[in-house]
Amino acid sequence: MTLIKDRRGAGPLLTRRTFGLLAGAGAATLALPSYLRAQDKPRVVVIGGGAGGATAARYLAKDSDGALDVTLINNTETYTTCFFSNIYLGGYRDLQSITHGYDALVSQYGINKVTGTAVAIDRDAKTVRLEDGTDIAYDRLVVAPGIDIIYDSIAGYSEEAAETAPHAWKGGPQTEILKTRLDALEDGQNIVMVTPPNPYRCPPGPYERVSMMAHVLKAKGYTQSKIFVLDPKETFSKQALFQEGWETHYPGMVEWYGPDVIGEIAGVDVAAGAVETGFDTFEGALLNIIPAQRAGAIAVEADLVNETGFCPIDAASMKSSADENIYVIGDASIAGDMPKSGFSANSQAKVAAMSIRAELTGSSAFPARYANTCWSLIETDDGVKVGAQYEPAEGKITATSTFVSQPGETAELRKETYEESVVWYDSMIADTFGITA
Amino acid sequence: MSSRPRVSVPATAASGDIIEIKALISHTMESGQRRDASGNRIPRKIINAFACTFNGEPVFSCAIEPAVAANPFLSFSARVTESGTFRFTWTDDDGSVFEAEEAIEVS
Repeated sequence: MTLIKDRRGAGPLLTRRTFGLLAGAGAATLALPSYLRAQDKPRVVVIGGGAGGATAARYLAKDSDGALDVTLINNTETYTTCFFSNIYLGGYRDLQSITHGYDALVSQYGINKVTGTAVAIDRDAKTVRLEDGTDIAYDRLVVAPGIDIIYDSIAGYSEEAAETAPHAWKGGPQTEILKTRLDALEDGQNIVMVTPPNPYRCPPGPYERVSMMAHVLKAKGYTQSKIFVLDPKETFSKQALFQEGWETHYPGMVEWYGPDVIGEIAGVDVAAGAVETGFDTFEGALLNIIPAQRAGAIAVEADLVNETGFCPIDAASMKSSADENIYVIGDASIAGDMPKSGFSANSQAKVAAMSIRAELTGSSAFPARYANTCWSLIETDDGVKVGAQYEPAEGKITATSTFVSQPGETAELRKETYEESVVWYDSMIADTFGITA
Repeated sequence: MSSRPRVSVPATAASGDIIEIKALISHTMESGQRRDASGNRIPRKIINAFACTFNGEPVFSCAIEPAVAANPFLSFSARVTESGTFRFTWTDDDGSVFEAEEAIEVS
């Protein structure tokens, strides 16, 4: 018989393997109201229903086969993925195709879906407080809130300004604003994009976005519009691939400037459509301002972050360094060599779910292994990728092998790479939300 | 695609100060080495020369070669002892000249 400690001190809990024996001995257990029976099970609460949180909830429920009471808290009824939102921007997909619901997680996996915003965590009482005042108790908590935008990291920018000059760095309404504004541009009107400092969600994302915006302008036959990319970083992800692609597909359209040219980004004037830098003022009919980022507000509120604004974790389990009953996964975590991506969050979620099941049900925990790939589309059928395998080493998640597309690859290989990303998206959604696209 | 110069000169300086001047021009800098989709060589078209003067006196000039990337950016220093105007010129292979100027007040 496998026994595990119950945190409430009421004695050992039984794993599902032993449940059959008990059920035979005392059918009265089954006659109890379901909510009472549910309370007998260890409770795992997941905050955040994105690539990390939804995957964690699904794997916790699926692999524990009913031994855990899993609650998933998300502030919306559906989730629009940030990954592939650039593909939507480029006009290759509609918004519906990157928006997913939680019905399968509820109906097929018995997960309790709570639509609400988690505003506080009482780490001593082990409860999550929702905006409406409800407290939800947990034995283990998974915190997967993604990123928050630090609006005031750029002078003149704000949540209100983002209605006009969208960041579009969270999937949903912001993505739609950017798409609408992009599609309304006339030839000769310029775009000014401000890219974020490290660390941020989706390292190649801003540059794939540049490519997709250029694709839209080029497809409309525009020859006079430009995209100015103002970067606080000296270098960026897949830089050689993107710059080669911009030169090939969009000659003269994209102008990327790093800090050696522009100096500091001094501020934005959204009404004037201007970005002031240490070198000059860049003006555009469309501003896309992507500020610095930190872990989602709940992680900051619960004091799970360090001075970087993100959450340190144990590389072998994704357990928070700040609290032994809390796991932090996805963009909010400090995941060593892993980039902040949907793929990474999905991979981390499985390690966290495995570790939690081991703690609560006595199931086996295997050594943590992580993986990530970031695909980017530069122009129709011109896909590139970068990725790695990871494992815990020297106190952090460390890359053990890496791969990246090369400049000058054949069109055939680039097309295969793009097609691979489309297949990945569908399997990723199936793995995260339990649904087939 | 229009070629638009941008320059940066401090608005004011004290006499004898060494100031930093920055100059950038949007230009594809087509090297003449690349081929188009049908295999034909794309003709060379670059900015081949840059010059800066102050009140008519040469400050800095250079020849620019095809190896230089698109949107060439130049940064250099100058000592200023009087108020005046910096003039900048970029010369294109096709003969066109792009110009910019910036005044500085020296006290």
